[in-house]
Parts: sequence; structure tokens; C-alpha cells
Amino acid sequence: MQNVIKAIAAAVVLGTVAFGAAQAQEVKVGFAAEPYPPFTSPDASGKWVGWEIDFMEAMCAEAKLQCVPTPIAWDGIIPALTSKKIDMIVGSMSITEERLKTIDFSDKYYNTPTGIVGPKSEKFDATPEGLKGKIIGVQVSTVHQEYATKHFGPVAAEIKEYQTQDEANQDLAAGRIDAVQADAIALDAFLKSDAGACCDLKGNVEDDSAVLGAGIGVGLRKGETELKDKVNAAIKAIRANGTYDTFSKKYFDFDIYGG
Amino acid sequence: MSEETSALPAYIPPKARSLFEPHRLFLMAVFLVIVFCAICFMRWDWLPRYGGRLAYGVWQTLLMLFCTAGIGFLLAVPIGLVQVTGPWPLAWLARIFCTIIRGTPLLLQLWLLYYGLGSLFSQYPEIRSSFLWPYLRQAWPYGFTALMISFAAYEGEVMRGAFAGVPRGELEAARAFGMSRFTMFRRIWLPRAVHRALPTLAGETVLQLKSTPLVATITVIDVYAVISRVRQDTFLTYEPLLLLALIYLCLTGILVAGFRLLENRIPARGA
Amino acid sequence: MPSGLELLSLSPPGWGGVLLAGLMASLQLAVGGYLLGLVIGIGGACGKLYGGPILRDLLEVYTTLIRAVPELVLILLLYYAGTDAVNQILLLLGFATVDISGLAAGIFVIGVVQGAYSTEVLRGAIKAVPAGQIEAARAYGMPPLLALRRVILPAMLPYAIPGLSNLWLIATKDTALLAVVGFSELTLVTRQAAGSTKAYMTFYLAAGVLYLLVTLMSNIVIGFIERHARRGMPRTV
Repeated sequence: MQNVIKAIAAAVVLGTVAFGAAQAQEVKVGFAAEPYPPFTSPDASGKWVGWEIDFMEAMCAEAKLQCVPTPIAWDGIIPALTSKKIDMIVGSMSITEERLKTIDFSDKYYNTPTGIVGPKSEKFDATPEGLKGKIIGVQVSTVHQEYATKHFGPVAAEIKEYQTQDEANQDLAAGRIDAVQADAIALDAFLKSDAGACCDLKGNVEDDSAVLGAGIGVGLRKGETELKDKVNAAIKAIRANGTYDTFSKKYFDFDIYGG
Repeated sequence: MSEETSALPAYIPPKARSLFEPHRLFLMAVFLVIVFCAICFMRWDWLPRYGGRLAYGVWQTLLMLFCTAGIGFLLAVPIGLVQVTGPWPLAWLARIFCTIIRGTPLLLQLWLLYYGLGSLFSQYPEIRSSFLWPYLRQAWPYGFTALMISFAAYEGEVMRGAFAGVPRGELEAARAFGMSRFTMFRRIWLPRAVHRALPTLAGETVLQLKSTPLVATITVIDVYAVISRVRQDTFLTYEPLLLLALIYLCLTGILVAGFRLLENRIPARGA
Repeated sequence: MPSGLELLSLSPPGWGGVLLAGLMASLQLAVGGYLLGLVIGIGGACGKLYGGPILRDLLEVYTTLIRAVPELVLILLLYYAGTDAVNQILLLLGFATVDISGLAAGIFVIGVVQGAYSTEVLRGAIKAVPAGQIEAARAYGMPPLLALRRVILPAMLPYAIPGLSNLWLIATKDTALLAVVGFSELTLVTRQAAGSTKAYMTFYLAAGVLYLLVTLMSNIVIGFIERHARRGMPRTV
């Protein structure tokens, strides 16, 4: 009977490995598996579309990488990168000191101010005084969570953390929270949608670059300098040859790269 | 013949072995080495910073568990009863309820309640201005409802079997003593059914404990949510999850031991 | 913006096709995980009944651990740790690392969780087989594998089927938990569709109906298999 057990055990291990090994080596590009318009969102045929998907395709074509879009849970995206489930993050991730301790980043590929939205019926500013006693929704493991905790945490009634940005927006529309802090560009897309009719922009928050970071970069594993150089060169190239502006015009009427 | 069978070495059940057999001592030593390595080579410096929040999370988890299991059990009794003896419309309703709840994932029910029903509620100004709104705004009532309904459905199925399994003769004896229907239910049928359902209650409660972390996905802060927070703050993959597994392991152990104590205190015939 | 049933039509702008693709992914996970769980279960049950003392204790630890920790936590742990471990082992053995697809990792996770439960179910079922039948197989000189295939497994099947069918139903529902790690199965695509269209009720109810259909159809098939496996068994009282 011992032989039986050994045989089955070997079969299981081999089976699992062989199953996974069937796929060729590619660059898996991770992003949050949630609607995050206008950057990444699924359409009705199950395909992912948006500015960031266009950017990824242009960048990968330029760098001659075979990129596979891999939607993955946002709150596990850094562990997924370090445990090699994905090879790159193109998911509107800000370059911050805190993250640089764990992963590496390419140069920035866009930049966005940080805004706060709230119901139209209520008037308040995007300042600690204005948000006194309010319930503020943020997405987990974002710079906004850290910023809101640091600057609004002492005065707000509660900082509520959501797995996805979409859920925070949804709860704002449903009246469960009083304000949402997020990237201003993503919030703009929400305000223009039907669900965002309830709310308007209360203003952008005061900059704190130690927390909010220096723009959005491609997340990479530490020590993979070869890939990093390729990505940086590709970003520079599509900026220079106009590809970047071409696909950006489809989504924005301003320069998303920022200063 | 049967003597010979049990004499074969292959059929000795693995129980009744001492904890201090050589191979167990060896395994324990290996285990200790692994634990020691885990403590030394993994990062645990975040632990003191989150101690208070972890304790709060455990408290919330337990509160959620016992409240939903308690009320769910109270709901399970009528659900089981009407399926055995109720008028057919009620029996059918109860059966359909059990089938639907047991046939779909709890996670989906939870999101249906919180995001689906919750967003419907907010569209009606009457609800928004009612006294219930401060509660409906929060997340825990939805988590609580979903867990309670789930427990009621699973335990209701158990109670149905338990009510049906009470020997006919006992009920007839009660009637022969001139008990009214209600007295008979209160004094004989219900206690006997609950007694029969008790062994499964421990298992169902453990299953319920294992369902509680799902409420963290709708922003309720329980021990799982606290650990998620740690994961996001520290970017550690394994350490917080291992600690979480350990916490649940301890909770399960305590629950099982508690139920065993309870069962021993309730007299059973024979044994 | 289309509304109501239009949202569920099979081709865009309806999201019905996406939901069905999610359902297929869920079923693939459930079938794969369930089968892997069965293989682990057969191995585990044999190990627990006939293995050496160390193997028995290790299996006891495995089944106790898995059954005491929430599936959600196990899925998070195994989803990241499982693939990492395979690659570390391959590196140690001098092979190149492999790319483990989300599906393989998902099947692995569901399989490991299911394995613990099916170990217990199968162990109970094997113990219910009259010992004389297994001894008769040995007396005829059958090697262990042959005895397992020809005698033990068929004879224990009627005892195992209620437990195993319950496990199948649990497997179909456990796949929903992979939504939390971002695997595109039915629950996650439902959430994405609901988030994109803001028709939360429509999509969650539709997904609920799909899950319910899977359960109800499984129940029919299970009833059929149960009758088939119970041929020749004495009627239970």
C-alpha cells in the first residue's frame, strides 16, 4: 500500500506542475480586476479596455515584449508580483517610498491630482476642517488610504476602506458614506456617469508628495534591471514618437502626463 | 472468525496511541524547529503595533458568530418544524428557502444584500429619511443578515431531520397522557429534537465561524479585515495570513472543546 | 444604457456571454479541484488506514488544519504560497521555474481543501467495507493496487457517495471564494458586470440563478448515481 501512496503523490505533484508548465514564458501584466474607468474596465464582451490598456499595448509593442493582460485582486497585487504570479503592474500605481521598499518602479507614465467628491446637497471643502465628522471612503492599499488616514483620520468620523474603487463610489452614490478620496481623473469619469449624478467634486487635496508619491509608474520586481530598462526606454520612445498622445486623445482633452 | 479479522495488523484503528511514542516525539521536534525558524526568519515586528486591533477583530468575529448562530438557530426551529408538520404552502416555502440559500455561494448572497439591496434602499427617500437609515447605512446589518439566513437554512435542514426522527411512540405516549399539542411540542418534541441535533450543532457552528471572514469583503471590520490591513501596510504575503490561520485554529479548537463539554453535561441514554 | 433583460443577452451590449464564460471557469475549477481532491482523498484515506505511524500523524495534522481554518484564508495562503513553493522546489532541483496559470493555481487550492474532507469521507467508507472482502482479495494474491481498484474502491462506493456528493456541492460554491484573489470566475465577473452597469440586483440575481441551476442539476445526477451505486445493496431500514 505504501507504493500506492507514493505513486499517487508523485502523480499529483507532476500533474500540477505539468498543467502549469503548458504555457510559454510571457510577461504577465497585472492590473486590478475591477472596473476603474477610464483606465481599465471590462466591456460587455469580457475584454478589458481603457487608457491604461492602450498604454500597455503601445509600451509592450515598443519594447517587443509579449504582454498578457492579467486582471488580479488589487489588495493582493504586490504579493502577486513578488510571488511571480505576475511580472509587471500597470495599474495606476503611484510611486511611493513605502512601496519602493518592496518593489521597484519604472519612470512615471502619467500623473494625477487627488480629489475628493461628495453629495451635491452638501457643501464642504477638501480640507481637514471641511471633512470634520464625515465618513470618508478610500480604496485599500492606495496612497489615498494613507493620505486620508494621516490628514483626515484625526477629524473624520471614520475612514472606510474598500476593496475596489468602484465599491467606494457605489457606496457614496448609495449614501452610505459622505465623501470619497481618489485620483481626480478616475473620479471625473465617475462624476460623468449616471451613478455619479448624485455628487460633485469638492476640490483637490493639498499635496503631500511623501505620501501621494511622484506620479504613476510600472511596478516591477526588485533586481530585474533588464526589464526595467526596456520599459523605461519604451515609455520614452512612445512619448517621443507621438503614440502616447494619439491614444491619450481618445480619452482626455488635457495632458495626462503632467509636469 | 471475527476474532481473526481484528487480529490482522492492518485493521487496528490509529486511536489509543500515546502522545509520547518515539515517532511523535520526533515529529514534535521537527514541528518545533519549523516554528522556531518561522519566528526567527520571518518578520513579526509589526505584531505589537496591531495587537489591540487584532483583539478587537477577534471580539467582533466572535460577536458576529454567536449572534448569528443564536438567532439563526431560533429561526431554524420553525423552518424545520413546518417542513415536517406544517401546512403544505409553508412547508414548500421553507423547502424552497433552504434550497436557494444552500444552493448559492454565501459570498454572492452577501454582495446581493449589500450592493444590490443596499443600493435599492437608497433610491427611496422614505427609507432614507426613516429611523432605520442610520443602521441601513452601515455594513454590519447586511453581514449579520446574510450569515444569520445562511445558518438558519443549513440548521433548518438538520432540524427537519431531527423533528422527523423523534420516535412516533414518544409523541403518542405524550398524547395518551392528555398533553395538549403545544405542551407536547414544548415538553417532548422540541427537547428531543434539539437533543438529536446537538452533535451536528458543533460542526455547523465551526462552519459558521469559517464563514465569518466573508463579511470583511463588505467593509465590516473583523479579525480577517484587520489582517488584510496588516498585509497592505507591510506588504508581507505570508506572515499575517499564517497568524490569521493560527487564530482561527485556536478559535475552532476552543469551540470544539466547549461543545464537547456541553455535550458531556447533557445526559444520553446508554453510553 | 440598456436595461433589464437586455443587459443579460448573450452578445454585447448584453453581459450574458461574460457570465456564461464565468460559469464555465467556475465549473472547470470545481471539476478540477474536486477530482484533485478525490485523488488526494484516496491517497489520504489509504495512508490513514494502512500507512506507517508518521504518515498517519501527518495526514491527521493535514485534515485537522484544513478543516479548522476558513477556506478564504486557505485560498489566500495557498494561492500565493502554492505557486511560490512549486517554483522554489523546481529551483532547488535545478529546473527552470514554470509559469503557473491562475486556473492551475485555483484547481490546486480547491483540490487541497477538498482533499482533507474527502480523506475523511473515504476513510469512513473504506472502514465500512466488510473486512472479509478485502482479505479475500489478498488471499487471492491480488497486489495492493489491484485490490484497491477491483475490490476496495467499488465496494466502498455506496458508503462514500452521500459524502462525496455533498463535497461536490461544496466545491461548486467554494469556487466563488476565488473572486477574492481576482480569479475571473462567475462571482467576480458578476461583480464586474454589476459595477460597470450599476445594475447590481439584475446581475447578482442572475448569477444566483446560475449557481442554483448547477446545484439542482447536480442533485438530479447525484440521485441517479446513488441509485446506480446502490444496486445489490440491502435496503436500509
